[in-house]
Amino acid sequence: MTPTTAVAEIAAAVATATAVVPIGAGTHAEIGGRVLEATEVRAPSGIVDVQPFDMTVSVRAGTPYAELDAALAEHGQECPLDASDASATVGGIIATGLSGLRRLGHGPLRDHVLEVEFVTAEGKVARGGGPTVKNVTGYDVPRLFVGSLGTLGVITRVTLRTRPRPAASEWFETATAASVLRGALFAPTAIVRARGVTAVLLEGNAADLRAETDTASFAPSAAPTHPVGVHRARIAIDPAQLDGLLTALDAIDGLDSLAEYGVGTVHVATETVSGLVAARGAAEGLGGWMLRTGGATDLDPFGGTFPAVELQRRVRHALDPTGKFSPGRVPATETR
Amino acid sequence: MCFPSTTADVAFAVTTANRFAIPFVARGSGTGLAGGATPLDGALVIVTTRMNQILEIDADARRAWVEPGVLNLDLTRAVSHLGLHYAPDPSSQQACTIGGNVGTNAGGPHCLAAGVTSAHVLAVEVVLPDGTVEILGGLAPDAPGLDLRGTFVGSEGTMGIATRVCVRLMPDPPEIRTMLADFTAIEDAAAAVSAIIAAGIVPAALEMMDAQATAAVEDFVHAGLPRDADAVLLVEVGGLHGGVTHDASAIDAICRDHGARTVRIAADATERALLWKARKSAFGAVARIAPDYYLHDAVVPRTKLVQVIRQVYEISARYELIAMNVFHAGDGNLHPLLVFDGRTPGIWERVHAAGDEILRACIDAGGVLSGEHGIGLEKRDAMPLFFSADDLDVQARLRDAFDPDGLANPDKILPRGSRCGELGAIPDGAWV
Repeated sequence: MTPTTAVAEIAAAVATATAVVPIGAGTHAEIGGRVLEATEVRAPSGIVDVQPFDMTVSVRAGTPYAELDAALAEHGQECPLDASDASATVGGIIATGLSGLRRLGHGPLRDHVLEVEFVTAEGKVARGGGPTVKNVTGYDVPRLFVGSLGTLGVITRVTLRTRPRPAASEWFETATAASVLRGALFAPTAIVRARGVTAVLLEGNAADLRAETDTASFAPSAAPTHPVGVHRARIAIDPAQLDGLLTALDAIDGLDSLAEYGVGTVHVATETVSGLVAARGAAEGLGGWMLRTGGATDLDPFGGTFPAVELQRRVRHALDPTGKFSPGRVPATETR
Repeated sequence: MCFPSTTADVAFAVTTANRFAIPFVARGSGTGLAGGATPLDGALVIVTTRMNQILEIDADARRAWVEPGVLNLDLTRAVSHLGLHYAPDPSSQQACTIGGNVGTNAGGPHCLAAGVTSAHVLAVEVVLPDGTVEILGGLAPDAPGLDLRGTFVGSEGTMGIATRVCVRLMPDPPEIRTMLADFTAIEDAAAAVSAIIAAGIVPAALEMMDAQATAAVEDFVHAGLPRDADAVLLVEVGGLHGGVTHDASAIDAICRDHGARTVRIAADATERALLWKARKSAFGAVARIAPDYYLHDAVVPRTKLVQVIRQVYEISARYELIAMNVFHAGDGNLHPLLVFDGRTPGIWERVHAAGDEILRACIDAGGVLSGEHGIGLEKRDAMPLFFSADDLDVQARLRDAFDPDGLANPDKILPRGSRCGELGAIPDGAWV
C-alpha cells in the first residue's frame, strides 16, 4: 500500500529530527516517563478498508476508536480494543497496550493486530506482519509494537482482526466470589471486582446468558467504572495471586481499584502518592509490577522489576540506534 | 548433534557452539515442512526431544509449564481429565513438539476461533544465542517494556532455543456439534464459507477438502465421505447449548441454501472422532496415489479462495501434476498438495516450478507466504515477494539484536541481502 502524503511528511520529519514523540489524542499521554523536547508527530486518521468477509479492517493510526467502532458496527462487527475512552486513537491504544476490560473473553490486544505500518528511525516507511487473519511470514513485528510506548517507530496504519458483535451482552452483579466464577461459567467475557462488588460480563446467545445467570445470584447491573483519582496506575500480576493482592490493596487508605479476574490486571487510583507507593509494594511483593499511568510525576513509572532489560535495550537500539523515539518514556531501556 | 536433558545442557551446548563459532540449529521432532530445523554447513543440531516432561499443571489458573520436547497431543491428553485442552492442533499433533510449535508459531484447524500458538504461550524460558537464559513474557498479563515473548514465538530457532514453555489451557466446550456438508461444486462450498462468516458465526473449525482429497481420504479411512463430492466442508461449533444449537442450525441452513446435497451431523463422540481422523489423515492418504508430495501453506483473503484454487488446478495441470486441496477454509489458509512420484525423471524441477507459481498466485491475490508452517529454508528467498527492502531491514536488525554473532540457525527466514547495505542488498525501487 502506498503511504499517504501525510505519512511521507512524517517520514521526512522523523529522518531529520533528533527526538520524536508520536502523539495520539493524548488520552493516555501520562503513561511512562515524561518525554522532553521532542518533535511531535501525529499519524493520519481514517478507515482505509473494511473487509467484513475476511473479518479484517485496515485503519490509519490517528483514527479515534469511536470512528473505528462505528465503521465496523455497520457490518455487525467490532474489534475488542480498550474502549474506556472512545476519543483515544487506534495507534495510541496499540502503543500503550490497552486491552480493555474484555480481555478475559477476547484475548489481549496483541492478538488482534495483524499488520503494522510505521516510520522507522531513518525516516523510511516499513511494514510488519500481513493483512490476512493468519500469517507467519517473517518475524512478528506487530506484536512487538503493541505496548511499545512510541519507542520503536511512528505507527501510521494497522490491520486489525475483527469479530462479530455478540448477539447479547450484559453485565451482572453477583454475590458469588470472583475466584469461583471462572470455573462456574463457561466463557465469561469479564470478571471484575470493584469497590467490594463482583461483576461479570457475559456475551453471546441470549438463551445461554439467561441459563447461566438463572443458576446463581446474578442481578443485571451497569458496567463497572474505572477508579478515579489524581494518581493512577495499572498493576499486572499472576492472576492466581489476585485475591492476596486485593486483600493488601483494600488495606490501603483511600485506594480505589478495579481488578480483572483471570487476567491479572488491576487499575488503581488514589489522591495520595503514598497510596500508589503502597500499592506498588504490594504488587511487587507478590511478583507483579505497577505501571504509573497518571499523576504522581515523581514516582518511577515502572518500578523495581524490568525483565530481560539488556535484551530489551538491544532490540530498542537495533530499531532506533540514536535513541530518537520518545526519549525519557522508558528510561530503563534508553539507548543514548 | 546433541540431545540435552536440561536447560543447563542446552545453555552448555550453545555456549560451546559460541566458543568454536559453530552455528547451531534447534530441532524438535523434525515434522516442520519449511526446513527450519534443517542443519546447513556442519551446524550443531540441538535436539530437544529428551526434554519431554510436563512440569506443572495448574487447573484453576488454566496453564501448564512444559518442556519443549513434550508432544502436542500428549499435553492435551494429560489435561483432558481436568476438562481442559491445548488449543493449537496441527495435523501432525501426534508427532510434533510444543517447542517446535513455538518455533514456527504453529496453527491447526481449531485455531480459527482459538488463535495460533502465540495466543497460547504465556511465558517462555529461552537460552539466548549467547548462552544466557531469560524468561520472556510471564504469568502476569503484561511484562514491563517490549513483548519479546511475542517476537520469540515463530522465530524458528533464530533467536534462541525454548527450554520451558508456560502454555494456556482452554476449557472443553460443554457442547460440540461437528458437521460434514457435501457439495457438487467447490464454488458453492466456498460461497457457504463466506455466508457462514457473513452470518456472524465464527465456528471452532471450518475445513474444506476438494474432490481429489475427499476420495483419497475415504479410500484410506472409510469415514463414509461422499466419494463423488466436488468439495466437502467439515464445520465444528462448540460452547453452551443455546449458541451451539443456534449456530449449528444456521450453518445447516446456509449449507443447504448454497447447494449442499447432505449435511451430516456427527451423532456421538465416536463419529466426531472419525470425521476428524478423516481430515487429519489426508496427508497420509495421498501415499495411496503416489509416493511423494509437496505440501504448500499460504493464506489468501477468504473471498479469493475459489479463484486461487482454480489457479492451483490450472498450474498443476500445466506441469502434469496431481493437485489436491485440504485446508483451513475459515481463515483462508490454503494447503495445496502436489502429489507425484519422485523417481520420475525431471519431476522435481516441475514440482518446484509449479510450487513457485502457486506461491506467486497467492501473493497476487493479496495473500501471504505462510499461514502456519513458517519460512525456514523453503520460502526464504521468496520473502522479497512480500516484503520491501526496508521491511526486511527492520527484521534483520531485530534478529541481530537477539543474535549479534549470527550463529542461531543462520540462513533461515531472511534471504541474504536483507540487511540494508549488506552485499547483494536489493536496491530501493527495485522490482521484486
